[in-house]
Amino acid sequence: MDNMTFGVSMVVVGMGGTLLTLWILSLLMLLLKRLFPYKEENEKI
Amino acid sequence: MLDAIMSGLNGLVAGFVHLHWSNPVMILVGLLLLYLGIKKGFEPLLLVPIGFGAILVNIPLAGLMDEEGFLRIIYDAGVMTEIFPLLIFVGIGAMTDFGPLLENPKIFLLGAAGQFGIFLTLALALALGFTKLEAVSIGIIGACDGPTAIYVTSQYAPHLLGAVSVAAYSYMSLVPVFQPPIMKLLTTKEEREINMGSVKKSVSKTTKIIFPIVVTVIAGMIAPKGLPLLGTIMLGNLMKESGAVERLTKASANEIANVVTLLLGISIGATMDGRVFLKYQTILILCLGLLAICLDTVCGVLFGKLMKVITRGKINPLIGAAGISAYPMAARVVQKEGQKYNRRNYLLMHAMGANTGGQVGSVIAAGVMLSVINGMGIV
Repeated sequence: MDNMTFGVSMVVVGMGGTLLTLWILSLLMLLLKRLFPYKEENEKI
Repeated sequence: MLDAIMSGLNGLVAGFVHLHWSNPVMILVGLLLLYLGIKKGFEPLLLVPIGFGAILVNIPLAGLMDEEGFLRIIYDAGVMTEIFPLLIFVGIGAMTDFGPLLENPKIFLLGAAGQFGIFLTLALALALGFTKLEAVSIGIIGACDGPTAIYVTSQYAPHLLGAVSVAAYSYMSLVPVFQPPIMKLLTTKEEREINMGSVKKSVSKTTKIIFPIVVTVIAGMIAPKGLPLLGTIMLGNLMKESGAVERLTKASANEIANVVTLLLGISIGATMDGRVFLKYQTILILCLGLLAICLDTVCGVLFGKLMKVITRGKINPLIGAAGISAYPMAARVVQKEGQKYNRRNYLLMHAMGANTGGQVGSVIAAGVMLSVINGMGIV
């Protein structure tokens, strides 16, 4: 594989892959917050 | 008799006789690193042992990096096996509070944008004639994360380890110097004045405990090659949030992290032998590293501007600059810059969220990069 193809592929897949992974994780965090909502009295125990 | 005395005297001056021109230069570089660490307070925990290691390895005939040398033993045992950066990651996880990030998960995306400099610099390094694996190691300076840079470089371009590590740690400490002008250049006064309100406490303990497990499993499945980095940081965080293993958490965040930081620093310094270090390539790497971190800031702020538009002005684009891994320095810079334009603006906790997102983002970016080059069959 030549350097040009490698560089462009890395930029596209690397940046896209990082963004996509963190987006999925942010959605999962929202889901976690819904499943286990914060309740002040529970947190004090 | 006279011959014996002369031979003895020769032994005492042999160090001076074998001094290469590059050795005194590197001793001066070591002194500069010591000055920056001790006098200026720039990442002293690392710059002091790195600087001293650089001095040690540039004294001729001591053989500290020879096969039996004590620095070689430390280097082979901890850096080449990647154990040191991973142990440091357990400590980082044990010290990090992902609470502000969990309060507002969408700012996780800023932690991705803050890594774009890695990939853009990688492409530039390739254009400048570096090999593919060297370019990967140079680009990773943009993770703004010392252990990640060491982990990747020790695998793929160990001959660049000294330059990459010094660039990563020294630029990380210079974040307060070069970020503010970029932030000012890319944002309007109105944008810098946006008040994001206070961060409400809305994350349960259960969520905080499950978070590191979910991140490890999901991100590990997507980028398995980055799992050692991600797994160790999340293990540290799980120990902290569970509260069940307080002794291990404290040991990871203090004793283990301190010992490993010392050994890591001195063995990185030991890679800075003048004969190997002082070349055109090193200067190029230092320049590319600086560019990588500046590009991270540019991409982070621009993504912050995009999020401001999408959220109809609820996001202050300045917090995009905190989407890098320099924790908590980048968040403090955002807070300081925000308050310059609106004294009632408290961006710190929002920026902390983006900053912890940047920590996870840098590890994931490295993992994605390693998995992609593995998938391409480069390694």
